[in-house]
Amino acid sequence: MNPDASTLALASIEFDLSAIEEGQSVTILWRGLPVFVRHRTQKEIDEAKAVPMSDLKDPATDEERTKPGHEQWLIMIANCTHLGCVPVGESGEYDGWFCPCHGSVYDTAGRIRKGPAPKNLVLPPYDFISDTLVQIG
Amino acid sequence: MGAPMSEHSTYTPGTGIEKWLDERLPIIRFSKEHLMDFPTPKNLNYWWTFGAILAIMLVVQIVTGVILAMHYTPNVAMAFDSVEHIKRDVNGGRIIQAVHSVGASMFFAAVYVHIFRGMYFGSYKAPREILWILGVLIFVLMMATAFMGYVLPWGQMSFWAATVITNIFGAIPVLGNPILELLRGGFSVGNPTLNRFFSLHYLLPFVIAAVVVLHIWALHVPGNNNPIGVDVKSSRDTVPFHPYYTMKDLYGVVLFAIPFAWFVFFAPDILGHPDNYVMANSQVTPAHIVPEWYFLPFYAILRAIDFNILFINSQLGGVIFFGGSIVILFFLPWLDTSKVRSGTFRPMFKWFYWLFVINFLALAYLGAAPAEGVYVILAKICTAYYFAHFIIVLPVLSRIEKPRPLPASISESVLGKAHA
Repeated sequence: MNPDASTLALASIEFDLSAIEEGQSVTILWRGLPVFVRHRTQKEIDEAKAVPMSDLKDPATDEERTKPGHEQWLIMIANCTHLGCVPVGESGEYDGWFCPCHGSVYDTAGRIRKGPAPKNLVLPPYDFISDTLVQIG
Repeated sequence: MGAPMSEHSTYTPGTGIEKWLDERLPIIRFSKEHLMDFPTPKNLNYWWTFGAILAIMLVVQIVTGVILAMHYTPNVAMAFDSVEHIKRDVNGGRIIQAVHSVGASMFFAAVYVHIFRGMYFGSYKAPREILWILGVLIFVLMMATAFMGYVLPWGQMSFWAATVITNIFGAIPVLGNPILELLRGGFSVGNPTLNRFFSLHYLLPFVIAAVVVLHIWALHVPGNNNPIGVDVKSSRDTVPFHPYYTMKDLYGVVLFAIPFAWFVFFAPDILGHPDNYVMANSQVTPAHIVPEWYFLPFYAILRAIDFNILFINSQLGGVIFFGGSIVILFFLPWLDTSKVRSGTFRPMFKWFYWLFVINFLALAYLGAAPAEGVYVILAKICTAYYFAHFIIVLPVLSRIEKPRPLPASISESVLGKAHA
């Protein structure tokens, strides 16, 4: 009953970021999983950086959540770490994501702030090939 | 009580063929002993008819399900449309599909009545512990079957139910992820998931049927419990199952069929969610995701744990309490050690029983409420009380409660002392 060959044959994907405006976010599909790609505003980045580590359930700095030089881009697997629903963007009391299933709240760096989810939204393995092209997986 | 099963029969093979058969496969003798002559307490009330109602419901679900499977396509591209095709094009499909989906709700309604009846009248107490355990096992199998069936129409609620419920297993330490991939057949819920759920949804009802046979076997060794919880003492306390209880059960089934038919004919979708008329989309979760009503109390327990408990994180904690809320039922016969079975003769237990029922209904309400504000706090209180009922209330009551005097026999309770 383990995943068959066709399921496992999921290569990495390349994604062009140039069409995404500041403040916009898109959801793309990788390995059948939804992935958020968010072009953050300066306000959101500042907000994320200002959070003291002691406030976090799963401590991670904003730098650890993004790639150096590309801090405006937040790329995360869009499944809530509680039970896998897709959180709703730009909502919840930390201006990040709110999961409608069981009420987990994430901040503008996708870090868990409140609710039953144990961890921050998961970052997929990815690299910037150029300023506008990213390879996921 | 406790008489061996073969002593009840008055069967004597009439014809030569019956005699021939009786010496080789005594199936007529067996049926007569267990379906007709079986001595049954004469004071069973209507709460006892739910056993028969459940047996009928299992048959209804299997028959309608087999027909639906003839027209259903378990593929992510076609499943949603094939269910619509059943409802619109298949002869009688609208009714068959409605009977099956409403039937799941009616099945659970009946099983909850059956379980709570057993809890009030102490039907889980010696010598019926195994009977009770088999019943809880059937309940667990029913939940698995209903969940997988709910995924098959491949609507939005189907998809997200599958995602959330399979993720529950992902919370298990170390083995979680391999189990998750094994259940889904991939990294996320997709076509392999739908295929295996269809396969298992077809298989499990027959497993349930097999456990039901064991459940009835375990029932027929000690015989039925009854509303006063006093053992059968003589043949004056019982009547033959047929025609007395076949008729009473049939009447119960007919009454039960009235609301069932109302739902099927007039409101087949009222128990479901409009979002399930939107085809599954892995990129958008519906804004208000709630399970079917029959899972709500357990769902409320699952999400009540939103805090870490020592080294156990909130996700695993929720899963442990969710699983524990069902597993604890297996231990009920040893948590309630009072010798008196029936709640009727337990002045304190009676109140706590109804408090437990109200608490269970409150959990159902909270399971459907949004996870915010006062609901979150209430869900935690109700979850705590659910477990306290089993771990604290029942064991303590067994020690401190002074039960009322029991009638000497079933006959005495029915006819009064003078006639007994």
